[in-house]
Amino acid sequence: METNKYLNDITEIKNLMNRSSRFISLSGLSGVLAGIYALIGAGFAYVKLKETSAANYENFSGRSSSLWGSDTVSDLTFIAIAVLVAAVITGFIMTLKKSKKSGEKIWDSTSKRLVFNFAIPLVVGGLFCLVLMQQGIAGLVAPATLIFYGLACVNASKYTMGDVRYMGLAFIGIGLVSTQFIGYGLYFWALGFGVCHILYGALMYYKYDRN
Amino acid sequence: MSLIDNINKAFDHRIRLGIMSILMVNDYADFKILKELLGATDGNLASHTKALEKEEYIKVEKQFIGRKPNTRYSATPLGKAQFKKHINALEKLIGK
Repeated sequence: METNKYLNDITEIKNLMNRSSRFISLSGLSGVLAGIYALIGAGFAYVKLKETSAANYENFSGRSSSLWGSDTVSDLTFIAIAVLVAAVITGFIMTLKKSKKSGEKIWDSTSKRLVFNFAIPLVVGGLFCLVLMQQGIAGLVAPATLIFYGLACVNASKYTMGDVRYMGLAFIGIGLVSTQFIGYGLYFWALGFGVCHILYGALMYYKYDRN
Repeated sequence: MSLIDNINKAFDHRIRLGIMSILMVNDYADFKILKELLGATDGNLASHTKALEKEEYIKVEKQFIGRKPNTRYSATPLGKAQFKKHINALEKLIGK
């Protein structure tokens, strides 16, 4: 009977440590949906680029950036922003639902910490990408977004489910590999933001959300 | 020397155990957050934080945020060391 009490103590300790420091209402399914949006976006971008330079579309995101009409750039930017907005809104709604179900507050000290620590590498990465564009090194934008997003995930993983760390590492790996294949940024983007999100989202869904 | 010797009486209560657990993984926590997480009443929580403060396992800082008084707690190095010992003892007693 004593052993049982100690076992309860340990369970309670673990539970409180997690609940007080990690925001665990993140929805796995929203990761899957974000991945699907990204793949759809990549599909649109692919079609757009093929239209623009039918002859040598494989050079698109790198060396031939001067060939782009500004129309293409603004179209691609629009697609990227649309995907981002859709993913963030979906993620927010589904997380809100999940936190209501589990009775957790959505905007408490744990979620604030999560958002803040996720945002630091992400904002730096965003600014860095703008600089890359400004300097005409557009080919490195895709790898940079993947790497900085990965770093943001690794940094945020301390404040939510630990599995996010491995997704972050996967993004960093894909980003680094893609630096060696400039001009194929879109494929790596689809692999990272599309496939990786879907895989990890599904994994988290099965691990945490199913019941 | 039996294993029981490492079980710390100061942590032998659900609320005190909870306070220490939270302060182990957070730099600090204020009264309101502790209350919410532990589901304790004001008086209950206050008496337990006082007990831990007396042992010098936690540090209490009172300050004002605007015009509202705010009390925040953090674990002392002594408190963290003792709590680790306590957890180790618990794990040994469960016998793994």
